[in-house]
Amino acid sequence: MEKVININLKIWRQKGPKAKGNFETYKLNGISGDTSFLEMLDILNEKLINEGQEPIVFDHDCREGICGMCSLYINGHPHGPDEDITTCQLHMRKFKDGETITIEPWRSAGFPVIRDLMVDRQAFDKIIQAGGYVSVNTGGVPDANAIPIPKAKADEAMDAASCIGCGACVAACKNGSAMLFVSAKVSQLALLPQGRIEAARRAKAMVAKMDELGFGNCTNTMACEQECPKNISISNIARMNREFISAKMND
Amino acid sequence: MCWLFNSSIGKKVIMSVSGIVLVLFLLFHVSMNVTAVFSEDAYNAICALLGANWYAVVATIGLGAIIAVHFIYASMLTLQNRKARGNDRYAVSSRPKHVTWASQNMFVLGILVIGFLLLHFAQFWYKMMFSEIIGHHEVQLGGSMVSPQAGAEFIKYYFSQTWIVIAYLIWYVALWFHLSHGFWSAFQTIGWNNTIWFNRWKAVGQIMATAICLGFAFVTIYFYVKSFCNGSCCGI
Amino acid sequence: MSTILDAKIPQGPLAEKWTNYKNHQKLVNPANKRRLDVIVVGTGLAGASAAASLGEMGFNVLNFCIQDSPRRAHSIAAQGGINAAKNYQNDGDSVYRLFYDTIKGGDYRAREGNVYRLAEVANSIIDQCVAQGVPFAREYGGLLDNRSFGGAQVSRTFYAKGQTGQQLLLGAYSALSRQVNKGSVKLYTRYEMLDLVIIDGRARGIIARNLVTGKVERFAAHAVVIGTGGYGNAFFLSTNAMASNGSAAAQCYRRGAYFGNPCFAQIHPTCIPVHGEFQSKLTLMSESLRNDGRIWVPKKKEDAEAIRAGKLKPTQIKEEDRDYYLERRYPAFGNLVPRDVASRAAKERCDAGFGVGSTGLAVYLDFSEAINRLGLKAVEARYGNLFQMYEKIVDDNPYKTPMMIYPAIHYTMGGIWVDYELMTTISGLFAIGEANFSDHGANRLGASALMQGLADGYFVLPYTIQNYLADQIRVPRFSVDLPEFEAAEKEVNDKIARLMSIKGKRSVDSIHKELGLIMWDYVGMGRTKESLETALEKLKEVKKEFWTNVRIPGEANTLNVELEKALRVADFLEIGYLMALDGLNRNESCGGHFREEYQTPEGEAMRDDENYSYAACWKYTGEDKEPELVKEPLEYEFIVRQQRNYKA
Repeated sequence: MEKVININLKIWRQKGPKAKGNFETYKLNGISGDTSFLEMLDILNEKLINEGQEPIVFDHDCREGICGMCSLYINGHPHGPDEDITTCQLHMRKFKDGETITIEPWRSAGFPVIRDLMVDRQAFDKIIQAGGYVSVNTGGVPDANAIPIPKAKADEAMDAASCIGCGACVAACKNGSAMLFVSAKVSQLALLPQGRIEAARRAKAMVAKMDELGFGNCTNTMACEQECPKNISISNIARMNREFISAKMND
Repeated sequence: MCWLFNSSIGKKVIMSVSGIVLVLFLLFHVSMNVTAVFSEDAYNAICALLGANWYAVVATIGLGAIIAVHFIYASMLTLQNRKARGNDRYAVSSRPKHVTWASQNMFVLGILVIGFLLLHFAQFWYKMMFSEIIGHHEVQLGGSMVSPQAGAEFIKYYFSQTWIVIAYLIWYVALWFHLSHGFWSAFQTIGWNNTIWFNRWKAVGQIMATAICLGFAFVTIYFYVKSFCNGSCCGI
Repeated sequence: MSTILDAKIPQGPLAEKWTNYKNHQKLVNPANKRRLDVIVVGTGLAGASAAASLGEMGFNVLNFCIQDSPRRAHSIAAQGGINAAKNYQNDGDSVYRLFYDTIKGGDYRAREGNVYRLAEVANSIIDQCVAQGVPFAREYGGLLDNRSFGGAQVSRTFYAKGQTGQQLLLGAYSALSRQVNKGSVKLYTRYEMLDLVIIDGRARGIIARNLVTGKVERFAAHAVVIGTGGYGNAFFLSTNAMASNGSAAAQCYRRGAYFGNPCFAQIHPTCIPVHGEFQSKLTLMSESLRNDGRIWVPKKKEDAEAIRAGKLKPTQIKEEDRDYYLERRYPAFGNLVPRDVASRAAKERCDAGFGVGSTGLAVYLDFSEAINRLGLKAVEARYGNLFQMYEKIVDDNPYKTPMMIYPAIHYTMGGIWVDYELMTTISGLFAIGEANFSDHGANRLGASALMQGLADGYFVLPYTIQNYLADQIRVPRFSVDLPEFEAAEKEVNDKIARLMSIKGKRSVDSIHKELGLIMWDYVGMGRTKESLETALEKLKEVKKEFWTNVRIPGEANTLNVELEKALRVADFLEIGYLMALDGLNRNESCGGHFREEYQTPEGEAMRDDENYSYAACWKYTGEDKEPELVKEPLEYEFIVRQQRNYKA
């Protein structure tokens, strides 16, 4: 039979970036196991609205695990207790009847809270703007097959490129470090001949921006890799370190 | 070279390189200690060699400086990391699997290691190399006076006392945890890692940490047990 | 009198039109480009690529998106791939063949000139993306790999695992980020366009709400480009992202831009079936699955009933008792028929009582044959991430039991009418990507949306917009204090105030769901005159309900998610009405528009080229007034229209 559970929710509510936040508790009964976690929050919000209260604010968009918009730190894990998924792909069947679920926003100085569970992740855009691209203009590029790329390299670049920029790595890191995010982009482009040309410049610029924005230092705890919904490997961090160090050595 | 001091990766490179040097020193130190088990004379000879000779003094100053750098940078980075974490802490947090406890507590482990190091310095270095440098040819050890170069006497004296042995064993455990993460982490930080080498470095790190700490512990326990026998029992 | 819309298609042979156009169009010199501002709304494939390209050229671009980052636009969710006629596989592909497949796939309701141009620039898109570092799948020899997709007999689809849309969008996003860094593009994230500002008949700016502060702000420019995607969320349940909306298009429509072919909405055949009333969206399983998956339902009704009751498992049904209905009905294309055909066939089987799943609204997509033929590893390599996604959602292992799928609203071919230059009926207002109505006709082929979005953004708009802007170089920058801006802002504020003051009893979502249900039941996969008339009546009632009984908690002058949703639903109500109206007008079946009265005895769509070979454009005539129909006749000079045949 289909699983139906009753749950208690402990949810972080915070009016604005400067306001003091606190936990509020809510009860929800009769939640089907097939309900997604965000749909459960929809149900709660519907209830709150009908009671004349303000709904809980949280980021979400595609609800199929690719846009990277949803966040939520659930029971001590970014994107919740299930593995290799984003919050929107988490289903209530992963929780027990009567369980208390604690929902918090990403907590990191780099990601200030906007309201409730919604945080500001513009820092990630700024890091990409600092150098996360290949400097080519539209048009006038060579044929797509002009430069063969070994399949293994292309696949490795693809694995790095599958980062969705959700920020779970920063949220999971006890140091608030953004190394996994930054290294995924540095790696992707460093692995491909197209990106190789400005690899040194890119590594330096992106690391400098990351430092400037106040993200912490990596101590290789690997929490980021473990909590990453897309399984981005910390070998990317090693590659970025390599790229950065050799770029600086060659200066 | 200023990138070493003002970029996050640079600062971590300093941590890594200093850490690797310290690991090398520990390897040397443990081999030296193990020598004492087989031959006290040989051990004393090494102590004499490392006495107040200029190269040993220079190496010691260098070593001290590296420990200081390792510690200072650890403190700086930790402070910065706490700031980066923000003011609000998670109400519920849990350690994901495959994340080792040591990796999240390196600074605490480091403090422990340094704390015991001070004790170790007071007991051994201060009375050995330091005494020699300031010109003493005899130092007080318990009730008797010994040569600061008679390393084996020191070992036998201190490792016959239960609380010291326990303290040292705790120290080795802390050191083991510190090294078990620190070693592969150092290679990761200097970029000498990838998916294949990841497991290799981890294995090498574990083996090395275990060898170093077991080595130290073996010597400590050996002399502790030996102290009960007064050199007459068990054929040792 | 009725206006005849001029699409401004260049003269000359099909293959030379675009070249001719580019050779003769007006250009803007570099010094003048700096003096011209362009607003681009949206940062999806079309918006981001356009903003980046315009920025590279030297225009001063203001780029808006509703999410926290441009990288989140819903283009990111496209899984399967992007088409281009590179003929790398040496299977006889050509620009003409891509053009022909696209126009045929669209059931001959698109312009020849536009579609040919699309096929022509598609090759450059692949080159461009590779140069940006998009990690397309490759063969062991290091060259690009291709797969096949519905509606084509060649392998022309480039892909990056099951995340092609993501990789292409991140490519465009990186190009955009580079321009932001250079200062040529200014980004406005978490901003939502709420109105278009027109000065002397030309689009000169927008009114947008800062979603974080709630402040309504004014932005001026020499031209406005809308790249805000489709309006599939009018159905509430669709494969679109939660925030995908048709509001920018609706605002342009109300300001005088014609809305083209609103009834052409695509139902994607391979989505995970609906499970419950609180479902918030439907998840697509890539069309690429149809390369190796075989679609079937039980041959016997009693088997289907037993499955629905949970007494029988699909794996227990013997091979001879399975009805591979697509292979049976369309031997030539089999499981790879176009989306509309596959969707309708699924609905036909389910309506006839052969559907599976607890609701009976599902069919099987079976990989057992592929696993036997290729091995588990190969199947995993091709579709691993999709299988994992399916398992996470449904809690069922697709390697062992067949997937269940059912059609869902996915894409809207209709949109703001644009001419060959992608300009709407308002001077200086352009629409690109899914937001415009153009190139897919009545049905879009798989892997063509990414192609069109990027074609518009990288290679078409950056040229055609210059033909317009060349006349604007003497126009100084606008002040946002002009009375037109003031009036538009006031209208927006009044609308918000009106919504906030209703203080009714129903949440925005509950009304949106009601709207969606009406759309699905009466304006969905199979439409009739009666159903559409019923829809029009019901939509009027929902609209009234919305404007008298919606409840929006909180304040307007701060972050207010419910207000955002309410503003979007207000526009969906209008678009839904247009869809029903357009569907009622189009007395034929073509592509995504299937009128049950118009079908062949075998149940295939019956087009009426004599009477409906036109783009139906709707002109706004005022609040609560019936829109006026304006036609753009579609001339077929180069190809002969046939009934689409995927049987032989």
